Formats: sequence, C-alpha cells, structure tokens
Amino acid sequence: MAKNYTSKKRTIEDLELIATKIREDIIKSLEKAGSGHSAGPLGLADIFTALYFDIMKHDPKDPTWDQRDIFILSNGHCAPVLYTTLAHAGYFEIAELSTLRKFGSRLQGHPERERLPGIETTSGPLGCGLSQAAGMALAMKINKDYHRWIYCTLGDGEQNEGNVWEAAMLIAKYNLHNVIAITDRNNIQIDGTTEHVMPLEDLRAKWESFGWHVIDINGNDIDSIIDATAMARSIVEKPVMILAHTIPGKGVDFMEGDYHWHGIPVGIEDVAGAPPKNEQAKSALHQLRTLEGKIRSEHE
Amino acid sequence: MNNLHLVDLTSGEVKMEPIRKGFGRGLLEAGKINDQVVALCADLTGSTQISLFAEAFPERFIEVGVAEQNLVTVAAGLAAMGKIPFTSSYAAFSPGRNWEQFKTTACINNQPVKIVGSHAGLYTGPDGATHQMLEDIALMRCLPNNVVVVPCDSVEAEKATLALAADKRPGYIRLARDSSAVLTTDKTPFEIGKAQVFSEGSDVTIVACGTMVYQALQAAEQLFLDGIDAEVINMSTIKPFDAVTLIQSARKTGAVITVEEAQINGGLGSAVAEALGEEFPVPLKRMGVKDRFGESGTADELLNHFGLTSSHIAIQAHAIVKNK
Repeated sequence: MAKNYTSKKRTIEDLELIATKIREDIIKSLEKAGSGHSAGPLGLADIFTALYFDIMKHDPKDPTWDQRDIFILSNGHCAPVLYTTLAHAGYFEIAELSTLRKFGSRLQGHPERERLPGIETTSGPLGCGLSQAAGMALAMKINKDYHRWIYCTLGDGEQNEGNVWEAAMLIAKYNLHNVIAITDRNNIQIDGTTEHVMPLEDLRAKWESFGWHVIDINGNDIDSIIDATAMARSIVEKPVMILAHTIPGKGVDFMEGDYHWHGIPVGIEDVAGAPPKNEQAKSALHQLRTLEGKIRSEHE
Repeated sequence: MNNLHLVDLTSGEVKMEPIRKGFGRGLLEAGKINDQVVALCADLTGSTQISLFAEAFPERFIEVGVAEQNLVTVAAGLAAMGKIPFTSSYAAFSPGRNWEQFKTTACINNQPVKIVGSHAGLYTGPDGATHQMLEDIALMRCLPNNVVVVPCDSVEAEKATLALAADKRPGYIRLARDSSAVLTTDKTPFEIGKAQVFSEGSDVTIVACGTMVYQALQAAEQLFLDGIDAEVINMSTIKPFDAVTLIQSARKTGAVITVEEAQINGGLGSAVAEALGEEFPVPLKRMGVKDRFGESGTADELLNHFGLTSSHIAIQAHAIVKNK
C-alpha cells in the first residue's frame, strides 16, 4: 500500500542552494578520501538534486518502501554525488561522508547495495545499470505495478560498452517506458574526450535508431531537468533517453572542462596552472560556497 | 548397500536422458510452486529446455536475444524486485561471456540470479572446442555467495532446479547436452551442499560430478571384480563444498581419485585437493581435461580421447591403491 507521501515542493532557487551544498560536500569528502572521481560527480549535482529533492517518490526513512521510485547509478564511479545527495536527503548523517573510501566505511569506493540503505544496486563496472533497470521494469510489469518510475544515469564514455546497447534493444522491445535514462553527456572519459577515445556522435541518432525518444537538455539547469523528466513520464509510446549536457567539474572554474579531473581528487595532484594542493581545495570550496562569487559564503 | 534408492545399473537396460531435460521439468515445477520464479533465455529456448516454462508461463518468460551480458543483468534487476530469475544459455556463453556481470550484479548484490549453463562439458560433442565449456566450474566456484551444482543425471537436475529455486543465493547449474545414464530415482534425496556416497567401499574413494558419476560407478563394478573395493561419492554440489563427507571417506580408504569432464585446473579436483591438502592429505589423482581445449566428436569418442571412461578410472584406481 502506498503511504501518505507528499514531496515537499521547493523553488528552483532552493534546489540550486541544495546543489551547491552537495557540491561542497563532494569536494570535502573527496579531499578527505584522497582519491576518487571529482569532475563527473560535480557535473551531476544538479541532476541528483532535481531527482532526490523534486522528481522522485522516495522516503529516506523507509529506503525499501515498496512504492518508491528507483534510482540506478550505472556510472558507479560517480558514487560521491549519490552518497552526498542521499546524506542531504536524510538517508544517513552528513558526517558519515567523511568516511568515503575508508576502511570499514559503508561508503565504498564504488557503491554496494548490501552496505548502504538507498543504494539499489552495486555498480562500478560499466554498462550494467540500464539492464538492471530493465529487469526491475519487467518485474513491475509482471506485478502490474504501474505507478513507479525507474531513473537510471549513465556516463557517456560508459556507452562504449556493448551491454548498454543490449539493454537499449530490450527496453525498446518490451516498451518499458517507465524506465527514464539520463546520459551524463560531459564529453570526457579517462583517456580524454569521448570523441577522441571512441566517438559517440551522433548519439541522439543512435538512441533514436534503437527505438528511443531522445530529449537534449542543459544538465546543469535544474528547471530543464525537472521539465525533461516530466515530459519523459508523459511519453508512453517509447522509452526516453535524456541527453543531459553537463559541464564536468561544474562550479569549480579550474576544473570545468578539463578531463584531467576525471580521476584526480581535489588537492592531490598539481595540475598545470592550478594553485598548490590545499590552496586549490580551498579555492574550489570558496567558489562553490559563493556560487562562483554570486553570494556571500556562510563560512565567511 | 545404502538407502539412496538408486537405479540398479546391473539389471537390464540403463535409461538414457539428457541432463538438461530434468532441468526443464524442474523449472516448470518450480514455476507452478512459486509465481515469483521467472525465466530468461538468450535465443536458445528449445535446446536449453526452458521452453517448457516459457509455454506454461509466457508472462513470466523474457527472451533477451543473443545477448548474454544483458541476460544476467536484466535478471539481476528482476531479482532486486523479489523475483527468482533462471537465465539459460549455453555454458560457453553464460557464464563464459558474462562472468563479471554475474559477479557484480548477482554475487556482490547477493541475490538469487540463477545461471543455467546448458551444453557444458564434452557431452556437447560435435560443436567443438568453442562450445564445449570446460572452465565453468572453476569460474563459478571462486565467486563468494554463489552456489554451484553439477547434477549427475536428469532426475537429480530436476531436484537441483527445485532446490535452487527455493534458495536465496545466486546459483549456477551445469547441464549436459547429450543423453547420459539415469542413476537416481525420485526417491533419491538431494540437498544443496551435501555429497552422497553412491557406492560404499574401503580401498579407494572416487569423487565424481555430473556425467562422470556413472563412469565412476561403472569403474567401481569393474574394480570389484578385480578385488578392489571402491567408494563412489556424487559431489553434485561443488560450492558450498561438502568436505565432511569427503574427509570421512578419505579417512576410511586412504586414497582419492576425482573425475570431471572439465578443465583439471580449478574444478572439482581442485576443490577436493584443497580440502584434503589442508585437512587430511592422502594420495590423490585428479582426472579431467588436462589443460587442453576440446574438439569435435561424439561424447564417447571424446571421453575416450581425454581418458575419462570407466576403464581409465579403473586403471588409475589400480595404480593409486598399489602405491598407497
């Protein structure tokens, strides 16, 4: 039975503030961990904020609620943004974020379902999330459970994996239109730009030819993210892929657009032209806390 | 000799049936017992015998096409929602091609995704090396949480399928294509994790799994005439491994032979060697495919070629007993 659940509606400004806090905590926890991906998680903060603070039906106090919407992080290396968002949403204490990637922590380097409430599946090895979303949607179809949505983020580089396209075909075959996929189209992967490593374009045409409806959006604009998912829920004739164009390292000017940050934690390695270690981290936090100079930081 | 209600192999003609047939019947039955059981196939519905289930429960059957990576990951999604998915293909492709997906989404998640590996081993016959999966036992045995079952005949396969359907862990069941002897009956007990002494003896222990159990029993008959009293253990569960039954037997006989139609590295023989080596070292001979790939031929021709017939086992038994 559905519980009496009403999501608290927030203004876009409120959501942007939450996204900023999430970015701050991603940087703090990565700095403490000393390793991990920073660019992807920072680029995804707006999408995660929109999902967990506006779009999805979920209850942090009851993570296995049988009527919840489901979120699958197929790009498991972006765990920091998921952990930080879950903490801010109330799944666990924000203080626990400082244990990221440490021995004994529930916040493993890549997320594990069995260890932390709110994690729907284990991920990290790429290309498997969309298939699991498909399996969940099939189970809902068998159960005649038509009121739930499954949101799945994928990396763009991840789409080098054949498993993704196997899932794409199956989801279209069974028209599992309650699966809403979101590609983090940030154009970077570990060895460089996606178009250099293994060209993905024309990515829209690829998904369309696999039988999907494709929506291109600015993935760093919360309003657009909310609009696109609303439209995706209204399209029942096809599954929907949202190509969310994001800026890697969004919110930190010396990170934005530089693929070196994909696998380098803040404050660990000097990047040419960047300030030294601690100064770098401080500068990053300062930019975030001030919304790139737009507001006064509460820490100043 | 025992109360396992085995078929008397010495009287009359032995019934032959492919082990995969028993899986097909077992899955159909599991589907009737529990409506959470679902089945997925990768374009091999008839030959893996999952067709019986698909015809009876079309709404619980998913055809994923020739896509083994998708096969297990879609199943993982179903399992996350409380389903008990059985995924079938040839063992060469599943788990041959999707091992990492199974590890990550079924085993680390610790949920009941079942891989049904049909056409495993030399009984695949003329299809040749690419389709004769010989590495599956090793691949599946090293995964935490996973259960590995290699039934000795079609009747045991039926029971093993029902047992796996009732088990909350991930699992692998190894099936053979060609007909093999039916040794057990409906009354023969089966329990995951429990080896059974199919024939008692005091001179040497022959531990076998799958189609090799029949060869081992035949060898024991032959050895009896030669004055050697061989004990035959059906090690139908490879993981969790029943070291207790093994060690008990080894204490009695003081010599062990293992037989499997799989790679000698990492399979049943390795599991036995590990247990004996740590707990009760005795002379040991491992029989299997010795670090080579298979090839086309009939099952009989291949068993003969790779030295895995009852006569080959008897020769090894003589040698190990002599040197005890």
